[in-house]
Amino acid sequence: MTDISAENAALIPAPQKPVVRGYWGNVWNKLRYDYVTLFFLGLIIAIILIAILAPWIAPFDPNKSSMASRLKPPGFKHFVLGTDEQGRDILSRIIWGGRTSLLMGISPVLFATIIGGLFGVLAGFAGGRTNTAIMRTMDVFFAFPSVLLAVAISGSLGSGMVNQMITLTIVLIPPICRVAETATAQVRTMDFIDAARASGAKTPSILFRHVLVNVMSPVLVYASTLVSASILLASGLSFLGLGVAPPTPDWGLMLSTLRQSIYVQPLVCALPGVAILVTSVAFNLVSDGLRQAMDVKA
Amino acid sequence: MWLYVARRLFLTIPIGLGVTIICFALVYLAPGDPIQSLLPPDASEADKIAIKKAYGLDEPIPVQYVVWLGKALIGDLGKSIQTNRPVIDEVMRAFGNTITIAVISVVLAMGIALVLGIIAAIKVGSWADRLSTAIAVLGISVPTFWLGVVLVIVFSVNLGWLPATGMGEGGSEDFSFLEWESLQYAILPIIAMTLTPLGILMRTTRSTLAEILGQDFIQTLRAKGLSEWQIIVHAIWNGAPQILAMLGLQLGYLVGGSILVETIFTWPGTGFVLNTAILTRDIPLLQGTILVLAMAFVLINLIVDLLQTLVDPRIKRT
Repeated sequence: MTDISAENAALIPAPQKPVVRGYWGNVWNKLRYDYVTLFFLGLIIAIILIAILAPWIAPFDPNKSSMASRLKPPGFKHFVLGTDEQGRDILSRIIWGGRTSLLMGISPVLFATIIGGLFGVLAGFAGGRTNTAIMRTMDVFFAFPSVLLAVAISGSLGSGMVNQMITLTIVLIPPICRVAETATAQVRTMDFIDAARASGAKTPSILFRHVLVNVMSPVLVYASTLVSASILLASGLSFLGLGVAPPTPDWGLMLSTLRQSIYVQPLVCALPGVAILVTSVAFNLVSDGLRQAMDVKA
Repeated sequence: MWLYVARRLFLTIPIGLGVTIICFALVYLAPGDPIQSLLPPDASEADKIAIKKAYGLDEPIPVQYVVWLGKALIGDLGKSIQTNRPVIDEVMRAFGNTITIAVISVVLAMGIALVLGIIAAIKVGSWADRLSTAIAVLGISVPTFWLGVVLVIVFSVNLGWLPATGMGEGGSEDFSFLEWESLQYAILPIIAMTLTPLGILMRTTRSTLAEILGQDFIQTLRAKGLSEWQIIVHAIWNGAPQILAMLGLQLGYLVGGSILVETIFTWPGTGFVLNTAILTRDIPLLQGTILVLAMAFVLINLIVDLLQTLVDPRIKRT
């Protein structure tokens, strides 16, 4: 959308005085008028708050089952969104499920950003054999579609939260490492690095005070685009039974167990997926908006 | 160009070897002794000694890898714990079923993506542009397994138009795309598989074309008096390599990532085999299927790269 309209806009002379805002000022100024991004950012904050405040918000205990009220439609008695196959309140389970689903979606991105980012900076900065060793190893992981790699590792490790986190972190490291490597290699050849070196800065100082700072924003923006994919992968693994153990509420797992009941209560069975979809759309649109505002091409 | 082709072929070898190393390592990722992962729980001592010998499990790990790789190269991927049949047979029987729906899905996605992507690129900001943006966002955000469940709810449970699961009476032996009796089983899995590649391909088509249409040579073509349609055709050929690359990637993702869709529709493909392997903790079956699928992905990428050199005269990467 921006490619052509932005070009046209550049042709119109800007009458107002140029305002000096600095990089982050500019980013904020762009984001401020991007209502779509702001709306979905608000939605993300709301979803995270709901997950954090689950014990106080959820109307019922998410694990309290009742044989008398199994698979009831939304609005049955006091169950706003109905009940599942064990008579547990769907709304409460979705609220509590957000905790697991968000945790399993977001934390691997954080771990992978740290590990992948470090490897990428190391490869890009050291160059030579170190670069070859790290990047060619990453290439091998790129030879797997992400779902397949996740299933391979998770299927071998077995189910469980920690195993799922390890799996997703391994899956997300290679793409982040590649972005960090590219960004570092670009920064490394820039004049100000030479200037810093000429003025006597030591390698660690150059790495931390000059390279890392400049590599950080493209890597973080890229990492933000992976959150949605990570949430989808995590819930997919849970759906396959490779995530948290059954009584714990989790969106993917709920979908998997409710699937058996689609002939009884179809609407209720689709609900946990709506939670995944909304969260994933929100993260995708916000990271898109962020990428545009920060003018990072990744 | 031939030099590039030769180099590209040569570069595939280390990647392929790397893939085999990861697949080999999967047995060691599994908790417990690898012998336990390779045998049924009720295996006798004699079986254990036999498998130890067969796999060289008493040798150092690098030797074990070479033994395993040698066997894999001649198609011996071990035996499934559950069925006791050779893994390669199980995988190959399912492979065709996965390829069938993956190829149809990606062709379908490409067709729709071309039409909508072209309109969106010509008329930026039009309804087609907005629709394609919306589908693109949905395509990358939708959990495929949920989409599958929703399709079953709508078309099987509520409307009763299409069967929810399976591949028809006789399975893949009787499957034919010309007969509604069997074709109806493939429709829902194909729709569920199409949305994600559709979104991504549409976004690629749109942005690639929009960029090309903004270039100087398009003005030249217009000045030469070409019709808008002819100009579009020029632009598409110009963007073909990028679109082709994305097409290949999407096909690879569908083939490799078919597990979720196939699990929902119990479509007897490789993804379904993987799911069975996970549920029964059948590590040899898991390992063999992953190896075949990853190799297929490497091969698809290689073919696409080579096709790209044919389509794009600018590639002189020698």
